[in-house]
Amino acid sequence: MHNFDFVKPSTIAEAVKALSDGDAQALSGGQTLLPSMKQRLAAPGTLVSLTGIAEMKGVCKGDGGLHIGAATPHAVVAREAAAHYPALAALAGGIGDPAVRSRGTIGGSIANNDPAACYPAAVLASGATVVTNKRQIAADDYFQGMFTTALEEGEIVIEVRFPIPQKAAYVKFNQPASRFALTGVFVAKFGDGVRVAVTGASNNGVFRWTEGEKALSSSFSADAVKGLSVDPAEMISDLHGTPEYRAHLVKVLTGRAVAQANG
Amino acid sequence: MPKDGGIGASTKRREDVRFLTGKGRYTDDINIRGQLYAHFIRSDVAHGRIRSIDTSAAEAMPGVAKVFTSKDFEGAGGLPCGWQVTDRFGKPMQEPKHPILAEGKVRHVGDPIAVVVAETLEQARDAAEAVVIDIEELEPVLDMKAALADGATKVHDDLASNLCYDWGFVEENKEAVNAAFGKAAHVVSLELKNNRLVANPMEPRVAVGDYEDHSGNHTLYTTSQNPHVIRLLMGAFVLGIPEHKLRVVAPDVGGGFGSKIYHYAEEAFVTKAAHILKRPVKWTSTRSEAFISDAHGRDHVTKIELALDADHNFTAIRTETYANMGAYLSTFAPSIPTWLHGTLMAGNYRTPLIYVNVKAVFTNTVPVDAYRGAGRPEATFQLERLIDKAARELGVDPIELRRKNFITADQFPYQTPVAVVYDTGNYHATMDKLLEISDYAGFGARAAESAKRGKLRGFGIAHYIEACGIAPSNLVGQLGARAGLYESATVRVNATGSISVFTGSHSHGQGHETSFAQVVAEMIGIDAGQVEIIHGDTSNTPMGMGTYGSRSLAVGGSALVKATNKIVNKAKKIAAHLLEASESDIELKDGKFTVAGTDKSVDWAGVTLAAYVPHNYPLENLEPGLEETAFYDPSNFTYPSGAYGCEVEVDPDTGKVDIVAFSAADDFGNIVNPMIVEGQVQGGLAQGIGQALLENCVYDENGQLLSGSFMDYAMPRADDLPMFKVDHSCCTPCTHNPLGVKGCGEAGAIGSPPAVVNAVIDALHRAGHTHVTHIDMPVSPARVWAAMNG
Ligand SMILES: Cc1cc2nc3c(=O)[nH]c(=O)nc-3n(C[C@H](O)[C@H](O)[C@H](O)COP(=O)(O)OP(=O)(O)OC[C@H]3O[C@@H](n4cnc5c(N)ncnc54)[C@H](O)[C@@H]3O)c2cc1C
Repeated sequence: MHNFDFVKPSTIAEAVKALSDGDAQALSGGQTLLPSMKQRLAAPGTLVSLTGIAEMKGVCKGDGGLHIGAATPHAVVAREAAAHYPALAALAGGIGDPAVRSRGTIGGSIANNDPAACYPAAVLASGATVVTNKRQIAADDYFQGMFTTALEEGEIVIEVRFPIPQKAAYVKFNQPASRFALTGVFVAKFGDGVRVAVTGASNNGVFRWTEGEKALSSSFSADAVKGLSVDPAEMISDLHGTPEYRAHLVKVLTGRAVAQANG
Repeated sequence: MPKDGGIGASTKRREDVRFLTGKGRYTDDINIRGQLYAHFIRSDVAHGRIRSIDTSAAEAMPGVAKVFTSKDFEGAGGLPCGWQVTDRFGKPMQEPKHPILAEGKVRHVGDPIAVVVAETLEQARDAAEAVVIDIEELEPVLDMKAALADGATKVHDDLASNLCYDWGFVEENKEAVNAAFGKAAHVVSLELKNNRLVANPMEPRVAVGDYEDHSGNHTLYTTSQNPHVIRLLMGAFVLGIPEHKLRVVAPDVGGGFGSKIYHYAEEAFVTKAAHILKRPVKWTSTRSEAFISDAHGRDHVTKIELALDADHNFTAIRTETYANMGAYLSTFAPSIPTWLHGTLMAGNYRTPLIYVNVKAVFTNTVPVDAYRGAGRPEATFQLERLIDKAARELGVDPIELRRKNFITADQFPYQTPVAVVYDTGNYHATMDKLLEISDYAGFGARAAESAKRGKLRGFGIAHYIEACGIAPSNLVGQLGARAGLYESATVRVNATGSISVFTGSHSHGQGHETSFAQVVAEMIGIDAGQVEIIHGDTSNTPMGMGTYGSRSLAVGGSALVKATNKIVNKAKKIAAHLLEASESDIELKDGKFTVAGTDKSVDWAGVTLAAYVPHNYPLENLEPGLEETAFYDPSNFTYPSGAYGCEVEVDPDTGKVDIVAFSAADDFGNIVNPMIVEGQVQGGLAQGIGQALLENCVYDENGQLLSGSFMDYAMPRADDLPMFKVDHSCCTPCTHNPLGVKGCGEAGAIGSPPAVVNAVIDALHRAGHTHVTHIDMPVSPARVWAAMNG
């Protein structure tokens, strides 16, 4: 690890100011950033910790549904969202291991936008709103491809607001080594239709499976997607699975998520 | 003797108290005043020519003591290879130099080029970024068959080709084997890969070098399975330091699985650097570094064929294997695909004719050497997969086909056509035991229950044999070993009767401190708590070849028995003197010497005290003291064997395989500590299942390691494994070592991979996917799904 300075502001304004130095980087749970610093792949001059900012932490009901502070660790979401949005809580409870869940945060996860991460699927399928220090960004506009988001230089995620669907479920098929999603599907049924978000599968990061959404919007049953097929063209190929395999999993896992959501 | 401490007792492992309470003393816990830290700069390309290395900027950086390159090791030898294989034509293998630091060329990602030594590790790493290395990239040699093509790029410019050797065994049988195939009623063949693995012991490698200027004494603390071997290889062949000036200490070592047998560049480096800098030098591997610098395992590509007569008797086996050596020859690498593999191709069967051909190939990858099982898992996997395939093709039961061809209990000792003589075994018994403990009869009902849940259930069998207790020195010498493979023990009885045992074997998880003490305690009839086992330091233990190849109890334990017998014989003489009786009348029982047929006796401590306070002592006939050393060189290998049964459920939608039950019926001969044996088997099973389902070391077309971290290299975890049923009640004691023991350390890793793959194929066949004849390991969900839908 290279040397760095460390600041821990207690307000968003202070954090934004500290981040205006080009060499500074936000630190949330550190579960992604610290390993890459240890490997000297990242070397920020200053780490600006976001975990001391009270308004960026916690889970509460609000106008936009369930509001989750960006610096809220997965373990807290798993516990506190359970009564309001069980599918989201279950997703948080299935990330990594207890150590990762007690440090890693939702803000860090969606800022990083790893193509195999779990939260992006929930945010996109829920049609959540990402609130930053500057603006509110709809999930559909926020995720812009692997490790790429709408966030600008120095912009930080403050909160994520999840509309609460009538029914929802996330089914993750583990990549055997990392246990991130080899493919994961989040299905959310709202009064006005169904949203299906897929993570782990595509070279373009998390995406909506619109064909599946259409079929499920007219019949929210596992059988509704049976006859569909997913185009493998944009799917990831790596040592854990071919594009065809991932395309197949999208369909299988969508069916399973629907079955689970229907209880 | 109460069975809470002697042979046969499941005594709890005394070493676990320190391991589980954080009191273990590992190499990284050793910090010597004034020590410097070494950081290795490793090649990030698979193959390249070093144009220049500029260390000047780095050397001027804060805290830097020196930046080393190969120039600093001009007088040193290469890392030696401990085994010379002779090829089919009588020529010795090609043996390239393996320098401590790259000379002229880099040959794999991870090949060390330069080392920065500094006051702190971070300073060393900072300075490493300032070392400027210019490398001309060369085409990497990766595919073994392509590497042998005419005109292929060479890994070593000074060798004739990338072929290390082309080995035939038994070469004289080749024509007869081919003739048998010509006459066969059935021929079954199978092409398969034995996937490359990374051992990944929990403790990464560490080496600390120390040098004492006034005495000229060197000390190396290292994570080794065999400190004496390191002292011999490094002292004699690399650095030219005589044994009495070189001490090698392997303290608590957190697992090895083979990967810590070998002499590595980092060990020679810290030893030499400490000498040059006159300061201790420490290197601790990171996990990332371990992936590209620890020797890998397996990596064979094989075609195997089986000939059968009309009655389904096996008549011949023929194999052709390409074995990856990596870029350099690791210490025992050449012996693994040959003498530890070809000699096991008879398995448990009466096949009269066998021919094994192995081409060992240099590639631009990390060197490959022994990994838990070493050659024997590769042999077992081929054979047991092939027999299952044969049974399917012939439409017979795979268990019956095995039984029909088993060597029978009355045929031992059994001379195989591949040189070895099995002393004992009873394969029908282990197979019966397996079917019993796995409730094979109930499989149909369980499969029906799985089907109700939409799962495909399958049962896979494998029967293995291994050659352990490595090995008779005169035999291995003829086969090309450049070392002997005896073991040693010194039993030092102290004045009050407590015993300190110094053993050449090394314990890095095997529990020797407990089980070796049980042996000595049993022989004398004292409490095991009176016996302490000391190992791991060349300065106080007798020369021993270390721990691997399931050899410690079979070979090291035998040395221990020999030394303890000498102690008992001498103690009886002392007792006879004290009791004024004839030595031949003295009996030792429960720690007491008695004159036969009388009530005259002296206890153990009375005798030991007399040995050290020889006031009343036959000084004219007998030396005082009670300390004996013995070396034991085995007369044969030992041959553990067993039947393994794996039950899987396959998810037909995703291809995911769950192991729902696994049973192991082993014959390890006599057993000293059943609990430790069970632990060894369970660990071996976890590793074998890891190979079968999860682990895969993969390079891309540029020779970059794709599975270079735990994010992509899948280690088995507890929830990947079922509760194992482990049984070792089948016992045919080894006939040629004093304890009648065979060894149990590798069995699990040898027998389980084919059982797993056979179970998956069985599940698919039962579900009608009869076109699937084989799936290469790891049998990942994606591969199973592709096979089903292929
Ligand atoms: C062993 C292991 C297993 C894991 N398994 C899973 C898994 O199964 N599924 C899964 O989804 N994830 C998994 N993760 C990732 C984990 O969820 C991480 O916590 C997460 O990706 C990053 O969150 P963090 O709070 O640790 O972010 P950090 O590491 O602190 O930061 C990550 C990046 O986001 C930036 N950042 C952080 N917070 C903000 C913010 N509020 N605004 C703007 N930028 C910000 C940082 O500057 C940095 O670039 C795993 C991680 C580990 C180590």
